[in-house]
Amino acid sequence: METERRILTREAFDSLLQKAVAAGQRAYGPKDLDGRIDFAPIARLDDLSTGHVQTTQSAKFALFPKVEELFSFHREGNAQVLDEATEADTPETLLLGVRPCDAAAIASLAAIFNWDTRDPQFNRRLARTTVVTITCTHADEYCFCTSVGGGPGNSTGSDLLLTPLEGGTYLAEVLTARGQALLALVPESSTPANAVDKESRLACVPSRFTAETVTAKMAVAFDREGLWREQSLRCLGCGACAFVCPTCACFDISDESNGIQGKRLRTWDSCGFSLFTKHTSGHNPREVQSQRWRQRLMHKFVYMPDRLKVLGCVGCGRCSRSCPVDMNILEHVTKVAEVK
Amino acid sequence: MEELRKRARELLATGEVKVVIGYGEGSAGRIRPLFITDPAGAGVLMFDERCLANLAVYLLKAEVKQLGKAAGTAPIRNHSNGLQPAAESQVSDETVRLIGVADGKAVDLPTLASAEEYVASVSLEPAAEEKEALARIERMTMEERWAYWNEQLSRCLKCYACRAACPMCYCTQCTVECNQPQWIPVPATPLGNLEWHVMRAMHLAGRCVGCGECRRACPIDLPIDLLTKKIGEDVAAGFGLRAGSSRKLEYALSTYRPDDREDFIR
Repeated sequence: METERRILTREAFDSLLQKAVAAGQRAYGPKDLDGRIDFAPIARLDDLSTGHVQTTQSAKFALFPKVEELFSFHREGNAQVLDEATEADTPETLLLGVRPCDAAAIASLAAIFNWDTRDPQFNRRLARTTVVTITCTHADEYCFCTSVGGGPGNSTGSDLLLTPLEGGTYLAEVLTARGQALLALVPESSTPANAVDKESRLACVPSRFTAETVTAKMAVAFDREGLWREQSLRCLGCGACAFVCPTCACFDISDESNGIQGKRLRTWDSCGFSLFTKHTSGHNPREVQSQRWRQRLMHKFVYMPDRLKVLGCVGCGRCSRSCPVDMNILEHVTKVAEVK
Repeated sequence: MEELRKRARELLATGEVKVVIGYGEGSAGRIRPLFITDPAGAGVLMFDERCLANLAVYLLKAEVKQLGKAAGTAPIRNHSNGLQPAAESQVSDETVRLIGVADGKAVDLPTLASAEEYVASVSLEPAAEEKEALARIERMTMEERWAYWNEQLSRCLKCYACRAACPMCYCTQCTVECNQPQWIPVPATPLGNLEWHVMRAMHLAGRCVGCGECRRACPIDLPIDLLTKKIGEDVAAGFGLRAGSSRKLEYALSTYRPDDREDFIR
C-alpha cells in the first residue's frame, strides 16, 4: 500500500495505546527498569522510555520467546493424547517503540522460521503482532544499521513508523493495513502531514562497510585461523550475544514429563556454547571458541544471505553492548571486510 | 602503569612467560581483556579504576593455556588473585605468574607463595556497599526474600554469562548439562532458573572469591553475586576459611576433621 503520512499528537498517541490495551492487546515497549532500558508491559505513553538509544534485549521475545511450549501430552488409559497450542493461545501483541533495526530483524526471523517448514507457533505470533516503530534520533558507536541495509528511519517490518517532531508531536507513516487499523483507533486525532522533513530529525549513522563486501571477504577469511583466534581469544563462550540478538534464532528442544503427562518446550540456544555442536560420540566439530565465533559471523553474513536471501544482522549493536568482554561485532566485521 | 608495562615486557622478553593477560582500552570507554605475546606490544596494557574484570578466568581457558605459561594481571583488592584456582590445583607456579596491582601500582608476585604473603596484608572482606547489599536482603522476612529472588531470577535468560565469566566455574561438564538424569531443567522458566542459580551458589559455597564478575557479565544485571557472597560470608564466619586467601585452602564442604567441634558430624 502507498505510505500515508499523518501528524499524531502525543495525546492521540497515548490514547491510541490505551485503546489498544483496553481492546485486549498485550502492549510492550522500552521501559526504564532501574536504569536499564528493556521491553516490559506498558499501558500508557508515560511508561515508555525516551532518549535511550537501544533496549538491552531485542523485541524477538514477542515472536520467539525464551521458553515456548510447543505442545503438551498426557495419557488416557492406554492412549497418548496430544494437546497442541492453538490460535487461542496466541495473544494479540502490540510492540510499541521498537527501533527500525528491530523491525527489520523480523524479516530475518521470518526467513528462518519459514525456511523448509512453516513454523506454526512463530507464524501465529507474527500474524497477531503489530509493530509500531519509533525512528532513531540518537545513535551510539555500536550502531551500524546503515552498513547492513537499514537506517535510522527505515520502515522495513513496521506497521506504523513514528518520527518524533518538535513540540512532542509525531510524524506517523502508515505502512500496512494493521498500522491503518491501529491509527483508526483514534479517528480524527491525526492530521495529514504535508511538508514535514523527516530526514533532518534522524540520527547520523555512518556506513562502515557494505554487506556484499563482508559476504565476499568471509570466504577469503574463512581459513585465516589467526584472525579468528585473535578476535575470539577473549570470548568466554557465553550466550549473551545470541540471546540479546534480534535475529539469532537457534533453539533447543526439551521435554518435561513425569511419565503420565508432560510438555515439549523450545528454548533459546547459542552457537557460542561449546556444547552446541558436540556429538553424542564426544566429537565436537567446532572444538575451539575461534571456530564458534567464525560460525557466528559466517551464519549472519554468508549462510543466511546465501540460503535465505536475507542478512542475519541488522546492526543494532546489542551483542557488543552486552558482551562481558567487549567483543565488538562492528570492529570485527570491519576487520573481515578489510581482509586482502 | 609504565611499571606494569615494563614488567610485562621483561617477563615476555626473558621468556619467563609466553603471554601476559591484562587490560586495555576497549570500545566506548570500556575496558577489554588483552593477551600480549610480543614484548613490543606491551605498551597498550593499562590499569585504572575501570579494570574490575577478573582475568583469572582466562588462566583456565583451554585456548589461552595452549599459549604457554601466562602472567595474569591481578587487581588484588578486587579478589582477583590466582590463589583460589591454585588451591583447587587448576594453576601452579609452572603455569602462571601474577602481576599484582594495588592502588594503581604494579606489585611483583613471582610465585603463588609471594601472592599469598601479599594477600595476607590486605582485607578480602566484602566492601562496605557489598555488605550493605547483603544486609538489605537479610533484613527481609523469609516471604519477602522468596518473592525477591523469584522475581529477580525469573528474568534470567540462561545465557550462562555468569558461569562463563566465573574463574571458579571451570567444570568441563556443568551439572546443568547433565541430562541422564536431568538434574536442572533446561528451559529458562522460573523454576528452571531458580534451580540453576541455587545449584550454582551451592557449588561455589566457600569457593567464590567475591569478585562480582558474574553480575558484571550478566546482560540483565541480576544480583546473583549476592548469593555466593552471602554463602562465602557464612563459610568465613563458621569455618574461618576465605576463598582467595591461600593457595592451599581447604574446601569447607568437602573437608572432614575428626576433631570437628560440631557433634552431629562425628
